[in-house]
Amino acid sequence: MNPDDRRYTEEHEWVKLEDAGSSQALVGITDFAQEQLGDIVYFELPEPGANVEQLGKMGEVESVKSVSDLFSPVSGEVVEVNAALADSPEVANNDPFGDGWLVRLAMSDPAELDGLMTAADYESYISGLS
Amino acid sequence: MTEANLRTPLYSAHIDLGARTMPFGGWDMPVQYSGILAEVNAVRTRAGVFDVSHMGRLYISGPKATPFLDWALTGSVQSLAVGRARYCMICNEDGGVIDDTIFYRLAEDRYLLIPNAGNRNAVVSWFNHWIGAKFGGECVVDDRTEATALIALQGPQAVEIMDGLCTLDSGEQPSSQRPFAWAEGKLAGETIFMGRTGYTGEDGFEASTTADHAQTVWQSFLDQGALPCGLGARDVLRLEAGLPLHGHEIDEETTPVEAGLERFVRFDKEYVGAEVLQRQREEGTERRLVGLTVPGRSAPRQGYAILHQGQNIGRITSGSYSPTLDTSIGMGYVLQGFAAPGGTVDLDVRGRIIQAQIVPLPFYTRPKRK
Repeated sequence: MNPDDRRYTEEHEWVKLEDAGSSQALVGITDFAQEQLGDIVYFELPEPGANVEQLGKMGEVESVKSVSDLFSPVSGEVVEVNAALADSPEVANNDPFGDGWLVRLAMSDPAELDGLMTAADYESYISGLS
Repeated sequence: MTEANLRTPLYSAHIDLGARTMPFGGWDMPVQYSGILAEVNAVRTRAGVFDVSHMGRLYISGPKATPFLDWALTGSVQSLAVGRARYCMICNEDGGVIDDTIFYRLAEDRYLLIPNAGNRNAVVSWFNHWIGAKFGGECVVDDRTEATALIALQGPQAVEIMDGLCTLDSGEQPSSQRPFAWAEGKLAGETIFMGRTGYTGEDGFEASTTADHAQTVWQSFLDQGALPCGLGARDVLRLEAGLPLHGHEIDEETTPVEAGLERFVRFDKEYVGAEVLQRQREEGTERRLVGLTVPGRSAPRQGYAILHQGQNIGRITSGSYSPTLDTSIGMGYVLQGFAAPGGTVDLDVRGRIIQAQIVPLPFYTRPKRK
């Protein structure tokens, strides 16, 4: 269920390199995260041009009942923010690994990916949480 | 210290329905089934059903039951007719709210009182203290919470659903019941006790039955199309309807006058806390509960500071995105000078300053239906 074409963090974000050799990556939250949050009503995300640091706070996500911080899986510059989320944040509930992506980053250090969990690592990580 | 939480007679039914549960007031309770937004929508437009068995069922009876309750409650007890229910507060000597409650007059000297889950033991202790100290032990509190279940059916289709399932012992249909009236009837062959009451801002019933019969009643409502709803939706619904929640808008350090609940307080009888409430009514209070709206979907949350020109003037007690109104809403206390509807204040939202407008409560009133 967690696609193996990307890497994962303990904060339940994913990062996916867009093309081999590219340094642009999409970032989102996992299916586990959206399930835990319940109905998402609002994202506070950085503006294009902002710099984010690996595991640094990148924004916030609000569900009906809670507010949670979002942490960037990798360092880099925000190139694009998923505009669909402004009016339809529920896309991140319905398709967290696809249309519900949050930001596109130009990574400053693609080697950071190697330190993150694979899909298999993440599976065993979340199975240890419940 | 690690005492296990209680579970209602419907706990396994909730698990079978895929509910997510959480501890609440000493119980493991369902927070949501299909999702809070869908559940709120069902209650506003069709019907939802809630297991509220965690709320207490205290039966109070005896020759001094009426004078005792008139001493312990802010509302008038002796003037309440048998067959009817009333909402009011249980206050301490300082006027602070030990709990808010609905009580039903079952007979001349017999009552059913519904405390909040987390306050049940405190209310029983408080009642027993006064029954011994002032009423010569001439009434008894019988806590039947764990032997019974309480199920709320709420929404514009609630009455139609109940009429289809239940006949009152009087031979009439449940729809003949007025708001805040109670009656007994038969549902699937078993006795249920129901009040035309609720905590959502919609029409509906709260029905109590034995633990053994709970599953049958619950399933009957589901079979008629009522959507199972959890405490998450219940909290959004009560907030939209401007109803206070103990531990948020009211607590032992807050009085009903500060909370704007004077209409549930009598000023012409003697009871615990009356002197403080009378004085506050005459002299006013420093702070007042208000409703606030914030444009957009980023909600005010409990504990956020309320500011005016950088000065702290209060704090948020509850808040949520309101799916019914498609804006964010909250309640909170502010200094009296800032309590008038129409004014604007600032909220400190985790370091960001956001403007909020003071509005009258409730946020939502159900449309009149023919």
